[in-house]
Amino acid sequence: MSEVAPGLAVDSVTGIDVSLPLAGAGARSYAFIVDWHIRLVLGLAWFVSGALLYNGRLSLNPPLTNEARWFGTVVAPALAIYFLYHYVLEVAMHGSTPGKRMAQVRLVTRDGGVPGIGPLLVRNVFRLVDSLPVFYGLGLTLVVLTRDNVRCGDMAAGTLLVYAQAAPSLALTTRHAAGSLGTLEAGAAELVAELLARWPTLMPAARAQLARQLLARHGAAAADLAGLDEQGLRARLEHLAQPRGGAPA
Amino acid sequence: MNAAARQQALAAALLQRAPLWQQAEERTQRLARGRTENAADALQLADDYRLLAHDVARARTLLPRSRTREYLEHVYAGVHSSLNHGDWRLGSTLRELFRDDIPAAIVWLRPYILWATLIFVLAALAGYALVHRFPELIALFASPDLIASVEHGRLWTEGLLNVVPSSVLSIQILANNIVVSLLAYCAGFLFGLGTLYILGLNGLMLGAVFAFVSAHGLGDELFGFIVAHGCVELSVMCLSGAAGAAVGEALIRPGEQGRAAAFHSAALRSGEVLIACAVLLVGAGLIEGYVSPDPRFGLPARVAIGVSYWLFMLALLSGRLLRWRRPRAPATLDAARAA
Repeated sequence: MSEVAPGLAVDSVTGIDVSLPLAGAGARSYAFIVDWHIRLVLGLAWFVSGALLYNGRLSLNPPLTNEARWFGTVVAPALAIYFLYHYVLEVAMHGSTPGKRMAQVRLVTRDGGVPGIGPLLVRNVFRLVDSLPVFYGLGLTLVVLTRDNVRCGDMAAGTLLVYAQAAPSLALTTRHAAGSLGTLEAGAAELVAELLARWPTLMPAARAQLARQLLARHGAAAADLAGLDEQGLRARLEHLAQPRGGAPA
Repeated sequence: MNAAARQQALAAALLQRAPLWQQAEERTQRLARGRTENAADALQLADDYRLLAHDVARARTLLPRSRTREYLEHVYAGVHSSLNHGDWRLGSTLRELFRDDIPAAIVWLRPYILWATLIFVLAALAGYALVHRFPELIALFASPDLIASVEHGRLWTEGLLNVVPSSVLSIQILANNIVVSLLAYCAGFLFGLGTLYILGLNGLMLGAVFAFVSAHGLGDELFGFIVAHGCVELSVMCLSGAAGAAVGEALIRPGEQGRAAAFHSAALRSGEVLIACAVLLVGAGLIEGYVSPDPRFGLPARVAIGVSYWLFMLALLSGRLLRWRRPRAPATLDAARAA
């Protein structure tokens, strides 16, 4: 099983707490750097294309006089893209941004829900503090030092950054595991089922080695296994995964 | 049946419910992406939640170190998040914010507003007195260009529109004012000291510049320039200072709820006022760009604009601007039933 990151247990009305793995400074920085590049590229792209269209020639120079149309169509939108990126996208994408999606993290409230517009705006306003003195120094320090890995904006808004990674595919494991539980304990049944499901995608040498290790763990003699080819190993695994005496109701 | 066999039988029975978990996961994804308006789907999610809670509890006992438990926890967290999803209709959220939440926050901030205003006024008076008594101290508060312009008998704002178009001027001013306003709020994080500094410095500068231009006989002209946009702009400065002070006090005197909780509560509540401040500063910036530097507007027109916009601000912050359109509730239960 994969190691679970330090998490937050949120109480729920059912009495069964919800476990949310908290994202740390690394995931935060990764998401921020991706977002920073996106907004920089978008802002620059707007400025360059706007300037070229405005000038009607291959030049990015501003007009000699202080023209409102230049400012309104070229400069202001580029600045707006850069500076309002987080405000607009976090609200529009319900607490996410392209960078957060790539880093597989998402924002939640302390009760595990999706933050509303107010908390998202407050969280972003406090970037002014978190970015002090340079390169998000204060924010990163707080993320490292606080128990829930939060920066000042998160403290103000009551938000947390949690991992939103894809869960293990249930189709790979459960169907087979349910059948083989009569002979194996749950974890082993899952491993056998997963190996069989991934059999076609694994390298021949690797799948043979894994099959031998699994079969040996469940009582097969090394001498028996040594003589088996790939097909034989697979057949032994399938035999191991089959229920003995029918699946329990 | 021995205990191990019973355990395995229970685990197998649990795993046979996997199709139900997958349906719940698909339903959550549909609802999270807003790809369904189906009410039955939403209602079913509540049943999914109970089912998953039950199965998570069983998986934690029967299959504690398994992918099945990880998967179930993941789906359960997703459904929990979907069910705790706030109202995301932007229109109704904003209407509620301006009609109910901001007026309530203003009432809560009232003592802070009084204190912030007092600090600002005292700082302005101090700045005025300081430069009135020691005129050379204006160099501490104003740029050399501004000083030279006033010493030549004209305000730096004269002919401003010949240099910068109104639209550019407006955007520059409103962006700058919004940043200052946000800074005054965020600086409350430094136990209120940052807010105090920003309020005091701005007050000192205003008073000092007024004293300096008055000494050169340009006080009326400066008043004429400021009055149209300044009534709201200076009020918003005090409002954002009050919001910052509330954040600062929550950190200094958190009370029984603890420092982190008090900070979160104060920041979120006073932060709502900042949205109104930003909206008002957009209007003030447009006035400052289009009206204030334009010599075609006489003093009465400027005063009328300034006072009207200030009254608009009061109506907005008290919630009256949106509340008057609210349908009246039926007087009795019978009337409600009849309706």
